[in-house]
Amino acid sequence: MLRIPCPHCGVRDETEFRYRGDATLTRPAADAGDTAFTRYVYERNNPKGWHAEWWLHVAGCRAVLRVVRHTVTHGIHSVTLPHEPADIPVELR
Amino acid sequence: MKLSLQRTRKTRADGADSGDYGLLRLLREGLFGHQGWTPAWHKATPRAHYRVIVVGGGGQGLATAHALATEHGITDVAVLEKGPIGLGNVGRNTTIIRSNYFQPDNIRFYEYSLKRWEQLERTLNFNAMVSQRGTLNLFHTEAQRDLFTRRANSMRLLGVDAEALDRKEVKELVPLVDLDHGRFPVLGGFLQPRGGTVRHDAVAWGYARAASRAGVDIVEHCDVRRVVAERGRVTGVETSRGFIGADIVCLAVAGHSSTLAGTVGLRLPLESHVLQAFVSESIKPVLDVVVTYGAGHFYISQSDKGGLVFGGPIDGYNTYGQRGTLPVAEEVAAAGLTMLPGLSRVRVLRQWGGVMDMSMDGSPIISRTPLDGLILNGGWCYGGFKAIPAGGIATAHLIATGEPHEIARHYDLDRFADGRTIDERGTGPYPWAH
Repeated sequence: MLRIPCPHCGVRDETEFRYRGDATLTRPAADAGDTAFTRYVYERNNPKGWHAEWWLHVAGCRAVLRVVRHTVTHGIHSVTLPHEPADIPVELR
Repeated sequence: MKLSLQRTRKTRADGADSGDYGLLRLLREGLFGHQGWTPAWHKATPRAHYRVIVVGGGGQGLATAHALATEHGITDVAVLEKGPIGLGNVGRNTTIIRSNYFQPDNIRFYEYSLKRWEQLERTLNFNAMVSQRGTLNLFHTEAQRDLFTRRANSMRLLGVDAEALDRKEVKELVPLVDLDHGRFPVLGGFLQPRGGTVRHDAVAWGYARAASRAGVDIVEHCDVRRVVAERGRVTGVETSRGFIGADIVCLAVAGHSSTLAGTVGLRLPLESHVLQAFVSESIKPVLDVVVTYGAGHFYISQSDKGGLVFGGPIDGYNTYGQRGTLPVAEEVAAAGLTMLPGLSRVRVLRQWGGVMDMSMDGSPIISRTPLDGLILNGGWCYGGFKAIPAGGIATAHLIATGEPHEIARHYDLDRFADGRTIDERGTGPYPWAH
């Protein structure tokens, strides 16, 4: 069970959240072309290590959160709101 | 080619091949204390260069190497496996084989595979306990019945067996099912009589033995760290046992596809997720068919040892941890008991997890990559086991001829850019939802 520290609601069980995938992607400009959109929609870094990802607190404050979590240990480094800067672990900066 | 033929003879002469398991052999070994058995495949030491390196000694990798040797005469092949053969996903799944898909491209591919399963023991000369006990999908609403009928019709149009069962027939086939659950009553079932189970360990051992006998080097405890390329072409792999050169490198590493492809700068349409499986204590025979629940994600069968083997959905977030977490274990148990309440006192003996390469459309990838000489066999999501015979044949065909096999032409990487995704359930590009 992941315990995700929501900035609004405090530490909550993962079952209150819905996973929404990779949070490092940025939607390309409308005229960026097919290749840019293929990369955005389909290609993923899928790292073995720290991963920034969106979680929607569906059974809580209903905010979308950016969680930086380790994909092997499942340890959570930071939880931030979308408009805040991403808090990435030192070794990845 | 000449080199590998000589090597094969040497393998047999040094006694690393245990021979057949016929009656006379069993009798002789029985009389002399079973002292004569030797390993089923030769534990090869890697050579400096191979024509083809298959990374990953799981079901797909071994079947690819086997097909390269037996169907295309290419025996200058090594299978590099990080640990021992049979401890990866090929030995961690719930052993189900079936071809009850909806998309014609998927039906054709998985039906090709099911036909190869029916011949597997003859092909490998190995008892894999292929048991066509039938796979039954239950439905609980009229909309679901329509959907399954449509799927069954899609299968029958392609000559694949599918039958609709009413409530009475479901009860006769699986007396344990609670037809009259208050919230999710069973309206009927959708049966593929030719579906079933196979002993997964024997599949790994049988393929390893047959490939080794055909001249393939099976190298265990050889961890491939990165793919090496020069001037846009693959030249080999860097491993825990040093550099090994190759003309063609095929990745068949399931959940670690992205990691290895990343070493040559490729980004794949994959995410790694964990899928759990469970087995109960051994009980007397209660279930002689594979059953899936329609109001939740749950599938179950009973092994020949008596254990109930079951599973559910993936945990639902990116992970490389080969272990599941409790929320999904609880969900699986709840779905199972809603369907088969009589099992409430059965104890779960073991629970484990395997890392899946979930693709963006939920369908596999057997494809060339932008890097010359690098072939990808991946994206199996949690359907790789039933696809082993077909996946091996299709991947070997692509390696040997440079052209995709007709049953797997549509599983190329370019389908994502071209808008030809094969999304079985219409889920969209969300790997955790497939």
